[in-house]
Amino acid sequence: MTVRLGNAVSLRVRARPLVAAAGLTGAVLALAVVAIGTGDFPLAPGTVVGALLGAADPGAELIVRELRAPRVACALLVGGALGLSGALFQSLTRNPLGSPDIVGFPQGASVGALIVITILGGSGAVVSAGALAGGAVTALAVYALAFRHGGTSSYRIVLIGIAISFLLLSIVQYLLARARIEDAQEATRWLLGSLNGRTWEDALPLALALAVLAPLAVPAARVLRALELGDDAAHALGVRVERARLALVGLAVALVSVATVAVGPIGFVALTAPQIARRIARTAGLPLVCAALLGAALTLAADVVGQRLSLPAGVLTGAFGGLYLAWLLTWEWRRG
Amino acid sequence: MELYTVMNPTVTRRRGTRLTRGAGLVIAAGVLACAALASLAIGARSIPPGDVVHALLHGGSTPDDAIVRGLRVPRTLLGIAVGAALGVGGALMQALTRNPLADPGLLGVNAGASTAVVVALALGLAGAASSVWFAFAGAAIASTAVYAIGSAGRGGATPVRLALAGVAITAALTAIIYGVALTDQRLLQRYDFWAVGSLSGRDRTQLEAVAPFIALGIVLALALARGLNALALGDEAARALGARVGRTRIGGAVAVTLLCGAATAAAGPMYFLGLTVPHAARALCGPDQRWVLSYSALLGAALMLVADVIGRVLVRPGELQAGVMMAVIGTPLFIALVRRKRIAAL
Repeated sequence: MTVRLGNAVSLRVRARPLVAAAGLTGAVLALAVVAIGTGDFPLAPGTVVGALLGAADPGAELIVRELRAPRVACALLVGGALGLSGALFQSLTRNPLGSPDIVGFPQGASVGALIVITILGGSGAVVSAGALAGGAVTALAVYALAFRHGGTSSYRIVLIGIAISFLLLSIVQYLLARARIEDAQEATRWLLGSLNGRTWEDALPLALALAVLAPLAVPAARVLRALELGDDAAHALGVRVERARLALVGLAVALVSVATVAVGPIGFVALTAPQIARRIARTAGLPLVCAALLGAALTLAADVVGQRLSLPAGVLTGAFGGLYLAWLLTWEWRRG
Repeated sequence: MELYTVMNPTVTRRRGTRLTRGAGLVIAAGVLACAALASLAIGARSIPPGDVVHALLHGGSTPDDAIVRGLRVPRTLLGIAVGAALGVGGALMQALTRNPLADPGLLGVNAGASTAVVVALALGLAGAASSVWFAFAGAAIASTAVYAIGSAGRGGATPVRLALAGVAITAALTAIIYGVALTDQRLLQRYDFWAVGSLSGRDRTQLEAVAPFIALGIVLALALARGLNALALGDEAARALGARVGRTRIGGAVAVTLLCGAATAAAGPMYFLGLTVPHAARALCGPDQRWVLSYSALLGAALMLVADVIGRVLVRPGELQAGVMMAVIGTPLFIALVRRKRIAAL
């Protein structure tokens, strides 16, 4: 579909991604209302909307605004950041497996956080710093080890990422086994990626960080489309390839870091959301907005189901991610 | 094996005589004996080797004798059993999948056994004798699933696809483990203690429960060695040579399940031992599976004990669990294999 504004401006707009984005937005909002309404004290959707708009009784308003909305906001923000980050990574590596989950970012963050919790006895912001350092060092190490003869290949990144992940997993188990019991409980809660007990104090910094990072995705999308044509074509289109790539990696790492630091590792959302979004939007490249929306929806859905089963959201996204990967291997790759 | 030798030039190049390979096997056994002696002598309290031998041969009632006979002998025997099981299990998996990166840990077999053991703990069936059966069931299901997922589709089971299938199954199983373990704080603690993969704190009953299965698995593996040699030529060539491919594969899968399930039930999940040992074995004795499997059993046991002893020495008087040490030793080797120009298919 082509939109014309006079003779000077004409825009080519594909309807399908727009419809998909609108549909996903609606789904995310509906899911949010359901999520806020779910709990020990169930609320009807009408009451939830009323309370959010400030037109319900004070009791419902307290539950909705102070207890449940921050948790839902955290889930949406974290999921959105992960989905966007995954889409950037996968576009850059041109590989559906090029996600932070595969290069060991969550495992590295776990080791960093655990060292802070169990050895240094830190909490709060120090844990976040440890997680950030651990994740970044791990991702860098995997890329550096996969680098050979002037380039990385996707299979080397995948295999080395897997090996490093298992090594870090052993270290996590060691740190857990030697920790004091209270530390081990605190650490396990962090490791499993739980959204339990989140308040506005958790959600606001997250929202601020994303308010800075998410708009950067707009220029990023333009550059990505050029990069998808191949480095030479992108260069011919006026993109400074190496600088652009570095900036995009930085943005993607910042997004996944913000999410992981806030709630712990929510596994496999960055891996699954962009691919499912691409199938819904039916685009050639990875649709960034749809990926972010789908990441938000997946994380929130995992949290809602997890609340019912009294499991952390990270455990459910892990199960979903494993099944998705199995499906990808059996059905998608069969077609070649 | 004349035809096999002709068709596989690497064999002729580094064949060596039966005598040198046999001598190598004796040396490997000597290394294992030294490792066992070190495992008996070194620890939070060091005991001179002479006293160790004395305690073994003559008994006695000094504290050293009690430590050697009561604590270190069971631990060393468990290390030998688990190491041999994982070494042979890894060699079998690498031969069956013709994939040099196969490892019972990376391909999710140990995760399957772990999941089943955790389920057994949750059901209150915590005895060593019953948990081993759960571990077999878990290992069998997980290895079948990984192989089915990894080999579905075009191109068959490449190393990358098998590894990814292992990751997928491990991720899903980890979710199940935590889904079960999080329901009960005490269960979670027990799981955290067990999941690190270690030889410490496992008692004699554990060893007695798994040893017969490990012995059975190793005998079965050695019996399949000729069939595995034929399999190295590819299924069709193997059939043409008169090998029974299906029988070898099924027998191999049963042996892998017995070995990895028993090892995991006894010592917890261990990664990379099954990957590392067969590579060392092939480097020493060439690709003939009869020798590879024998070397893998001895070297696996030795490496397990060495990892355990190093772990005891490094952070004395505490200890670094053998599973962690194995991961630290094995990961660089795995990365070196991946960084080689091309992953040679086995």
